[in-house]
Amino acid sequence: MTVRIERRLTQPHWLKVAVPAGSLVVAFFLIAIVLLATGHDPAATYRDLFEAAFTAPGALTQTLIGATPLIFTGLAAAAAFRMNLFNIGGEGQLYFGTIGASAAGLLLAGHSAPVLIVAMIVAGFASGAAWALIPGFLRAYLSTNEIITSLMLNYVAGLFLTYLIFDSHSYWRDTTSASAAVFPIGKVLPDAANWPTFGSSVVIPFGFLLGVVAATLLWVLYSRTRFGFEVQVMSDSPRAARYSGMRTRRKILAVMALSGGLAGLGGASQVGDFLHTLDADPKGLRAYGYGYTGIVVAALARYNPFAVVLIAFLLGGLQNAGAALQGPDFPSGLVGVMEGMILFTALGGELLVRYRVRFARRRPVVAAAEPKTPASEAAR
Amino acid sequence: MEPTAEPRAVDLASRAARPAIACRGITKRFPGVVANDRVDFEALEGEVHALLGENGAGKSTLSNIFTGLYRADDGELEVFGKPVAFDTPRDGIDAGIGMVHQHFRLVMPFTVAENVMLGDHSDVGRSFVLHPRAIEERVAELGERYGMAVDPRARIWQLSVGEQQRVEILKALYREARILILDEPTAVLTPQEAAALFETLRAMAADGRTVIFISHKLHEVKAVSDRVTVLRDGRSVATVETETSTLQSLASLMVGRELHTYRRPEEAREIGELLLELDGLSAQGDRGVEAVHGVSLHVHAGQILGVAGVAGNGQRELAEAVTGLRPLTAGAIRVGGVPLHTGDPRVAIKAGVAHVPEDRLHTGVAPSLSISSNVVLKSYRSDENSAGPFLRFHRIRDWAVELIRRYDVKAPGPGASARQLSGGNLQKVVLAREFSGAPRVLVIAAPTRGLDVGAIETVHGHLRDAAAAGVAILLISEDLDELRTLSDRIAVMYEGRIVGEVDAATSAPEEIGLMMAGGQAT
Repeated sequence: MTVRIERRLTQPHWLKVAVPAGSLVVAFFLIAIVLLATGHDPAATYRDLFEAAFTAPGALTQTLIGATPLIFTGLAAAAAFRMNLFNIGGEGQLYFGTIGASAAGLLLAGHSAPVLIVAMIVAGFASGAAWALIPGFLRAYLSTNEIITSLMLNYVAGLFLTYLIFDSHSYWRDTTSASAAVFPIGKVLPDAANWPTFGSSVVIPFGFLLGVVAATLLWVLYSRTRFGFEVQVMSDSPRAARYSGMRTRRKILAVMALSGGLAGLGGASQVGDFLHTLDADPKGLRAYGYGYTGIVVAALARYNPFAVVLIAFLLGGLQNAGAALQGPDFPSGLVGVMEGMILFTALGGELLVRYRVRFARRRPVVAAAEPKTPASEAAR
Repeated sequence: MEPTAEPRAVDLASRAARPAIACRGITKRFPGVVANDRVDFEALEGEVHALLGENGAGKSTLSNIFTGLYRADDGELEVFGKPVAFDTPRDGIDAGIGMVHQHFRLVMPFTVAENVMLGDHSDVGRSFVLHPRAIEERVAELGERYGMAVDPRARIWQLSVGEQQRVEILKALYREARILILDEPTAVLTPQEAAALFETLRAMAADGRTVIFISHKLHEVKAVSDRVTVLRDGRSVATVETETSTLQSLASLMVGRELHTYRRPEEAREIGELLLELDGLSAQGDRGVEAVHGVSLHVHAGQILGVAGVAGNGQRELAEAVTGLRPLTAGAIRVGGVPLHTGDPRVAIKAGVAHVPEDRLHTGVAPSLSISSNVVLKSYRSDENSAGPFLRFHRIRDWAVELIRRYDVKAPGPGASARQLSGGNLQKVVLAREFSGAPRVLVIAAPTRGLDVGAIETVHGHLRDAAAAGVAILLISEDLDELRTLSDRIAVMYEGRIVGEVDAATSAPEEIGLMMAGGQAT
């Protein structure tokens, strides 16, 4: 018996639902083993998990807060990955979104809330896009590997944040208040720059809704327009795209800008919805790694914008619940194991969508002894 | 077994008596093609035996069977008189067969000796500790013996291509190869390097080794070999003594069957105004070497100009240069008298230059996308297919359905991906798209490669119709029969240059074949 893995020629549609669902079941089964081995009751843990993520008072609000940045970074990754452009720089582009949006909020202090909010959205998108255009230009004109350049620029962006708040008297830094004398912090934005929330029992941040709108627009752009068509052709065969007269370099720039802009929106939402200042603290925004988690979100969502919203919601729930479960008898490492297990099976399951596993009997080794007929050829 | 220890002189009588490698009835099928069809072959000890044939004639497949990389579906293989059945390349090496591939298998940052050592499983190579000194000495000694001086401590990336090839040969010799197969060894060499290689090959033959020299270049085969076996369409058509054969006779053996019987159907085709004018075109190949040198060609409306040549002589680069995919280094293109701003496919498309590329599946179409998407690959920006930034999917779909009907494409529907189509149906989709753009000029390369007889007829019919409708067609093909069937005139390309242009109806195929192989036009 040999096990062979073969590429699927066609991918049945039902697999695209069945495999992720199956992966989740396998993950929960594996986690149950770990839980049992560490002396926890799996059923009770899963019940707690579900409650903490979705049904407990305030749980859904927390989940939405956790999901909001992941929608943007997930969309950012999906937008680029759709064209086989591997923008790993969502993290840094998100930082630049916070820089741009907070600058807009501070500069336009005194204007009405709608003006401020629109300005922050535009500035956040533009800053993220500008940062993403650096690896975009390098890729389009010098054929550098955008994975490396965009990844490295994340560190540059992080250090730039540090510089703005800790190492300089920049426009963003608060130099007047009493607490700022003790520890460097950013200026607080005017109240009118605080993004609104909706609902009472479940509080929906404005950023979450913005994310849903962005997902819808991205879906329309990619599946209904000429731009989306060109992206499809480029992703399938860059040679065919060039042969058809498409402007392939411009497309790379446009898609990188779009991707970075979406991540930048995530930064704007962080400032507008939650932080209301430029956060450069290494233990603050920079510790969450939303940009990197966004890549996982996009991969699990198979780059579908609506699926990104759904996956971001579930992952937000998992992170939120993980934080809630954590306690004296439930170490944070175990939460990490659960999250890791789910991601591992979900990404591993992808293999089964693209390939199938066949069990075959070994063919006899000696060729000369085996009479060859057209029939035996066909059977192979 | 140490044949190199004492070089022995071989006289012709012993050479004739001892075959080193022989095969009978070797057949190898791949899905859809028979690469080798009952091939008989025999190479003697101490001879240089050339394996001559066009691209796709089955030369590489046969050599891969000799080295154990492939296993024949049928037939017998004997090495030094003993029947063998190789399961792996290791078996081939153990039997004394070495292969020098066209694309070298060398590790660039390693030294010559380290590369030779790789995969060596004989005495020193087997030990856990490496013994580079011993190998270096042996490599130096072998190099000296056969006039292939290479510093065994040099790193591969420091060496010229010719020197790298010597390393490949040394690798085989180090493993005691008594039968050495070289696949198109001169493709990467300068004429001087090639001459040096030929001397090495002769020296090895004089030493009692067998050299199998694979090539499609006639003058090289003539220069270096003792005997020649000609493969055509997967079959061995003849084995001849090099002494008694001429370039002409080899060319006709290689190029083929219907050459003598074929007559071009006479049809009165209106030759109109000059539509495509190439003036001193030069362009670089993918590796930065100039692949097209000063090509000047004229094609009139309603005319089919064939470009003949063995693959890799600049035809692909020429097609890409004309259609804007490849920037020019010199020269100019005029379409209908108007200079074409080159190096931009969109400009060429707008000027009415249609292109059916040689690589249908990855350049001609986006393989995973639907037929609908692929038929509008060049026209999705037009008003019929889009409204503002949005695509009109219903119209595109209807258009695809219409083209599928008109061109008789066998497909499940307009939503089927291009990859699912057979070669012939895929080519119909490409042709349908290109013709629907109302082209003035068509550049078409290898239009029927890999197609079955019925599909070939259909494609030829479409090309004749297009010419009759006044399109100027530049037809690039390696298939001489096809060129003679379709073209009005045939230009022959060799090493990036047009070496001759002849009238398709009156020229002899041998004349064209000779020019294709680098011989002089008579």
